[in-house]
Amino acid sequence: MAEDVILNAQELSKSFGGVNAVNNVSFSLSRGEIVGLIGPNGAGKTTLVNLLSGVITPDRGKIIFRGSEVTSQKPYQAARRGIARTFQIVQPFPNMTVLENVMAAVIFASGRTSDLRNARDLALEHLSFVGLAELAEQTAQTLTLPSRKRLELAKSLAMQPKVLMLDEVNAGLNAVEVEKALALIRKISEMGITILIIEHLMKVVLSLSDRILVLHHGELISQGNPLDVVNDPKVIEAYLGSKFTEKKLFIKDSLHE
Amino acid sequence: MRTNRIWPYFLLAAWILLLAASPFLANNYLMKIATYIAMFAAIAMSWNFIGGYAGYPSFATAAFVGLGSYSGAILQNAGLPMFLAWGAAAVIVVVFSASIGLIILRMKGHYFAIGSIALVDIGSHTASSWSSLTGGGEGLNVKIMQGGPELVGMIFLYTMLAIMLLAFITTVIVDRSKLGFGLRCIQQNEDAADMLGINVMLYKNIAFILSSVFCGIIGAAYASWVAYISPLDSFSILLTLKAAVMVLLGGAGTVFGPIVGSAALVIFEETIWSRFLSLHQGILGLVIVLLIFFLPNGLLKVDWSKLWAKKNG
Repeated sequence: MAEDVILNAQELSKSFGGVNAVNNVSFSLSRGEIVGLIGPNGAGKTTLVNLLSGVITPDRGKIIFRGSEVTSQKPYQAARRGIARTFQIVQPFPNMTVLENVMAAVIFASGRTSDLRNARDLALEHLSFVGLAELAEQTAQTLTLPSRKRLELAKSLAMQPKVLMLDEVNAGLNAVEVEKALALIRKISEMGITILIIEHLMKVVLSLSDRILVLHHGELISQGNPLDVVNDPKVIEAYLGSKFTEKKLFIKDSLHE
Repeated sequence: MRTNRIWPYFLLAAWILLLAASPFLANNYLMKIATYIAMFAAIAMSWNFIGGYAGYPSFATAAFVGLGSYSGAILQNAGLPMFLAWGAAAVIVVVFSASIGLIILRMKGHYFAIGSIALVDIGSHTASSWSSLTGGGEGLNVKIMQGGPELVGMIFLYTMLAIMLLAFITTVIVDRSKLGFGLRCIQQNEDAADMLGINVMLYKNIAFILSSVFCGIIGAAYASWVAYISPLDSFSILLTLKAAVMVLLGGAGTVFGPIVGSAALVIFEETIWSRFLSLHQGILGLVIVLLIFFLPNGLLKVDWSKLWAKKNG
């Protein structure tokens, strides 16, 4: 297990003013696993992803990626090391073509080529993988929301990440689109990429994740295999209030639906 | 988005040849206009690196030109040969932009614009206060070149054309390289660019330095040409504004946009605008407003064939 650890967070803390957005959080990700990150609104999930991807620097604690400390890295350095993330609100280059969007990831993050023509070919492969090849020459701003989410995935894959953090990639999608997205995420996982997925749809988290981390008020209150976690009294309390702690049945029932 | 057609290059070559032939085809006045066109083309192309490709609305162009003017003039008066003084001015301006860029490129949007305006003001105040070095508000005389006005005019015409050509070659190289691609990404969405592995601070600094180097040489050459510089003329906000308008008029972040825009604006200025001296800046303002409303992407991005079809169809 220990050799398989690809990313290790040690006692991470970050506060904004008086709010401890992330408080003393430690966990590790192993090569190839899918880990769900859940928690009520404002639990600090996105802050945690921001810490891991270099957008913000932790006040305390360490981040170890593939054996070396990367705690105070910048986002572009994280990207080049192989830590990719998607955003809750998609962030394309609106006036560039879909293809150019992916080319940027090929050229700058993966370091596979500096040549624009080679990058084009590689980018096209990633676009066909997510099923956007036909839209390659359209500008990114013309895409529908599901396609934009796919573009985010194609960009992330083009970065050739070791760890991919997906921040609510399914938000705003309908049931059919979610199914498609899930299939895609499984395919990505089969490529050996470690996935950390923030998700509100419990059904999605439970069906995808090998392991689940639960954040509440910035603290990691529970982690482990999905079924144990959803039956953890602390987790039920965090989501539903103490009233429900005794009535675990609620969650169990909803799982069997 | 990017064209690899060859005919624009031929058109540009013809344009440069026409400008270069102006001493033999026309009078001194037209030769002077040709010199201005070349000079403004180079200034507009410089602005295009930071304002067009990187999307940072820089007003620092006037500060670079002013600093170049004063550096060149002072060094030349101190006995340095003219061409060496120009080169030294370029080096001084690059050192200045590289160090100041590290600071002001941390700001974005309007804040960056205001920060860069401050550079121009600081420059003109320094030039008018530091009398022992710059001659203060009285300005500075630069050694007048030997030779008749035709010869001197030709030297400066070809100097400006050479700088224009250099700026153009640099633009083409940047446009086709990883650097240009990265700058376009920054222009579109800087945070996303950072997330995709682009060292945005480094790229913005390179763009800022590129936007300064030719301005430095131009400033120094301009000082030698007109033989007299003053703080307000050298550090003129209007100059930056014109550079930006030229680029926007032609097409920001394109290879040929600044050249089209500078030619259009200088010719417009000389033929129409110069007849309304008192309304001068008002007309420039009007041009800016019309530009933003009707040509937000510049002349080069207009699909002329469609317009033509509409008119006839």
